[in-house]
Amino acid sequence: MTRTVHLFLDINGRRHELDVEPRTMLLDALREKLGLTGTKKGCDQGQCGACTVHVDGKRVLACLTLAAQVEGRSITTIEGLAAESGDLHPVQAAFLEHDAFQCGYCTPGQIMSAVACIREGRAGSDEEIREFMAGNLCRCGAYNHIVAAVREAAEIA
Amino acid sequence: MRDFSYFRANSPDDARQRAAQSGAMLLAGGTTLLDLAKCGVAEPQSVIDISHLASLSQIKADADGVTIGALAKMEDVAGSPGIRANYPAISQSLLLAASPQLRNMATIGGNLLQRTRCPYFRDPGTFFACNKRNPGSGCSAIGGVTRNHAVLGTSQACIAAYPGDLAVALVALEATIDLGDRKVTADDFFVVPGNTPERETLLERGEMVMAVNVPASPVARNSTYLKVRDRQSYEFAAASAAVGLELEADGKTVRDIRVALGGVATKPWRVRSIEKALIGKVLDAGTVDAASRLAIDGAVAHGGNRYKIELAPRVVARAILTMGGLA
Repeated sequence: MTRTVHLFLDINGRRHELDVEPRTMLLDALREKLGLTGTKKGCDQGQCGACTVHVDGKRVLACLTLAAQVEGRSITTIEGLAAESGDLHPVQAAFLEHDAFQCGYCTPGQIMSAVACIREGRAGSDEEIREFMAGNLCRCGAYNHIVAAVREAAEIA
Repeated sequence: MRDFSYFRANSPDDARQRAAQSGAMLLAGGTTLLDLAKCGVAEPQSVIDISHLASLSQIKADADGVTIGALAKMEDVAGSPGIRANYPAISQSLLLAASPQLRNMATIGGNLLQRTRCPYFRDPGTFFACNKRNPGSGCSAIGGVTRNHAVLGTSQACIAAYPGDLAVALVALEATIDLGDRKVTADDFFVVPGNTPERETLLERGEMVMAVNVPASPVARNSTYLKVRDRQSYEFAAASAAVGLELEADGKTVRDIRVALGGVATKPWRVRSIEKALIGKVLDAGTVDAASRLAIDGAVAHGGNRYKIELAPRVVARAILTMGGLA
């Protein structure tokens, strides 16, 4: 028996209508159902941070969030960060400026986490940035450049 | 992961009624349940989403204590000015746990009920034997890789460590868990494995953690949570200690003290023998070191976790000396 739930999800300011199995995670709904592949699937078990998105402005992991659970919430993904004009978000620009990646796979999650980290007021020093970005792993080891990018974006925020 | 049906509870009573059905499991932050469902450890037939019950996410404080709703998020509780000022061990235990993303998702009730990180428990595809998952099937950890397993409160059936931090602080501060129709102390709420390691708490089917109450006290106000781990951040405790300390007016004699251990036992581990040994004594390094050795009374090592027997008393001593202004 295939059961589905019918959902309305508010993502990046747009309402999407979709049918999913109840067990469908927000991450899979974004990537497989809605074509929003900017949010990455890394470990898929809540350890790496590659799937970080914002729900009602708070950074969370899309791989451990049911799509059905966030109906009625406001979701922001990496695709929703840049301005309508195409101008990059200051954190995106800082990541480019500081070459804060190598392969780029963890980058959308790093950027979503960094935007929240700065908004939370947790980017006051390199030490604080390292602690409050600890939920985002970078297997290329671009951490020093990531810290530099977050620090610069925090200074201009 | 097996599929399940999804219900959104519209009240706490609705949630408890639905949760009483066989195969039903409550979903709050999801960081334990959905993780374990992916591992094949949890196989709910129906998931009852309680994450939208706003009435259970309040934090209410007065002179007698604080009541933390079961659905308050770890991050919100950690950052609450009242908690930081009057119950610092609670705030610290939360901030030293998980990652910011997980703390934004995970709730206080769910945090208490998180399951062990024993890798044998978490991998049913490879390890059939696990008395916690399949009662009577044996224990794959005993004789296996045990660096993160418990040395206190173990049994021949199970040596899995309780992984949480918050509960250690709550046990030290004599919190009670509100289950709706009854209240139990945090210490009693968690049970040692014995011959029934599948049973980890007093929670019965159809019951739900509604809130946590922490009494205000001088020991709560002057408390700390010290966590030692293999990485600097985002890691479970190798050993941890929650300590609350109240000194006499002379600033050096112990009037009251609370000590609980994490990362080394099968449940949050209150050590009353250390408290008794230090009440009325003048704090100094030798006295504290000697008393802290009581932390590992009855400890049993299983290979790789032997280091915890040396580490745990040192963590306790450092936490006490720090609170006493001696470290």
